[in-house]
Amino acid sequence: MKLKLNKPRREALIGYLLVLPWIVGFLLFMAYPLYFSLFMSFHKVAITPYGIDTTFRGWDNYKDAFLTDPDFIQKLLLFVKSTVVMIPIVIVFSLFVALLINQPIRGRQFFRAIFFLPVVITSGEVVQELFAQGAATIPLMDQSGVIAYLENNLSATWSAPLIDVINRFILILWYSGVQILIFLAALQKVNTQVYEAAAIDGASPWVIFWKITLPEVKPFILVNLIYTTVDLFTNTFSDVIKLIQDNMFQVGTGFGYSSALAWIFFAVILLVLLLAVWLFRNREKTAYAGSGR
Amino acid sequence: MHHPKTDERPLGTGRTGWRKEARRWTDKTKHLLWGRQGNDGLLLKTVVYALLVIVGFVYVYPLLFMTSQSFKSLKDLLDPTIGWIPRQLEWSNYTQAWHVLHYMQALGTSLLNSVLPAIAQTVSCAIVGYGFAKYKFPGKTVLFALMLITFVVPKQVVMIPTFLMFKEYHMLETPLPFIVPALFAQGLRGALFVLIFVQFFRTIPDALEEAAQIDGAGALKTFYRIILPISVPAVVVVFLFSMVWHWNETYLSSLYLGNAMTTLPQELKTFNDSFKAMYTGGAKITDVNEAIRMAGTLLIVLPLLALYLFAQRYFTQVVDKTGLTGE
Repeated sequence: MKLKLNKPRREALIGYLLVLPWIVGFLLFMAYPLYFSLFMSFHKVAITPYGIDTTFRGWDNYKDAFLTDPDFIQKLLLFVKSTVVMIPIVIVFSLFVALLINQPIRGRQFFRAIFFLPVVITSGEVVQELFAQGAATIPLMDQSGVIAYLENNLSATWSAPLIDVINRFILILWYSGVQILIFLAALQKVNTQVYEAAAIDGASPWVIFWKITLPEVKPFILVNLIYTTVDLFTNTFSDVIKLIQDNMFQVGTGFGYSSALAWIFFAVILLVLLLAVWLFRNREKTAYAGSGR
Repeated sequence: MHHPKTDERPLGTGRTGWRKEARRWTDKTKHLLWGRQGNDGLLLKTVVYALLVIVGFVYVYPLLFMTSQSFKSLKDLLDPTIGWIPRQLEWSNYTQAWHVLHYMQALGTSLLNSVLPAIAQTVSCAIVGYGFAKYKFPGKTVLFALMLITFVVPKQVVMIPTFLMFKEYHMLETPLPFIVPALFAQGLRGALFVLIFVQFFRTIPDALEEAAQIDGAGALKTFYRIILPISVPAVVVVFLFSMVWHWNETYLSSLYLGNAMTTLPQELKTFNDSFKAMYTGGAKITDVNEAIRMAGTLLIVLPLLALYLFAQRYFTQVVDKTGLTGE
């Protein structure tokens, strides 16, 4: 590569060449499928021996999803509810674990190995199997009567997802492997001298956490919020995802309707993401206002 | 550690002396329990260790449960007095599960559909990540932002067109639908892997590459000879993540592979039916039970556990050295 180019140009050229695979991949496997799936969601798609046959339906696929389909909206709402409940649990818990294994303790390697372990095992099938065999709940939860209490004291709309969460508690914790990694990385970026200085000034660990650690990891809470939302929504087995797949090969509905469902699903995820970011931002603002800024 | 002054005084002479004494002792216990600074207090340490052990137990509980169950005979399963340790280890659970899963064949399929895409993804994402991390070119920010956005797109949205595309090119029922996108730094969570590499490469000082370039090494040679050798932890972590996520992917694999190939996790789905077809027809009537299913589940996770055991130290290295996240 001995092209006669000046340095910035040469650099730019090499840069493009390195990133080129991604650009090609993006166009082929992301941009085009996105366009095509959006296109299909407004059509009735039939696969014939001669190719793909499409007839324009306008918004009918979407209308059908909301008005005619007996399952979709109901299943979607249930899924969103139980997932949204899980997100804060994962965030708080992964921060908690990251704080624990960031301590100067013996057997640090061992504990870390344990906490990253679920990253390896959390597959849909295995998780479902564990859940079915009752390996996902701590027996204590059942015995202590928490579930009965919730059932008696809350309306069914809210007690159902909560009980669901309790029943899958360990599995929820298992979805926090990557988040722990991210928080741990963030915690290690905090300058240790700041901690030492605070400790010399007599700050208790409790105060140090709220005044130093938490503000430092705040940006990473947002990162984890986004990661967790995407991960939980797209990675878990749910009736909604199954419904999308089932409709693909159904004669009456087919790819067009299925695409429309997928886009509604995508829109819901984006909505949850935006809401999460917005809530997070607002919190930050009020926190600053509270501290007299 | 006695204070000389308090020794001279008889006990309880003045209120001030008594108070001083009391405060000295509370201070002492306070220091012992909470520590003078940071985390060296006894109480805090105990709490930390206790929490670690409790949470650690909750974490490995499903694994322990799975292991314990998988060795139980039917009698042990039904006997409520048997807790964690079965009367005898029922190895036949494992041999039965092994056959039901068509283990060797399914293992081959699983490896084919996870190792190859993982290699492709690791290589392509490393190259792309290097470009994003170390080179300046117009439009870089836009491209980078686009890449991050693709992470949010659920696979259900792009799944149907890509499925049709692969169908048109006759790539279905082969591992190609996983490998080809991986070659272009796409595929399962490609954006995340590029991001990990970008953050890792950014921590490598530019001087290192400049020195190599002065010595006459080109961009590729610098990358291959200088950058990659010091990026082993990032490579291992990306490879491991990619392999594990491909291994565990049952949704897309059932779509792309159809009936031509079944991976291990897919075999678990049809476990009951396969078991019936294999064992209940004969003279010996055995029915599938939890123990056998658990043995099967453990067999599926086992290769990943072995891999993890080897690779886990790199996880902490990636975190320790660079920070997965960067600024």
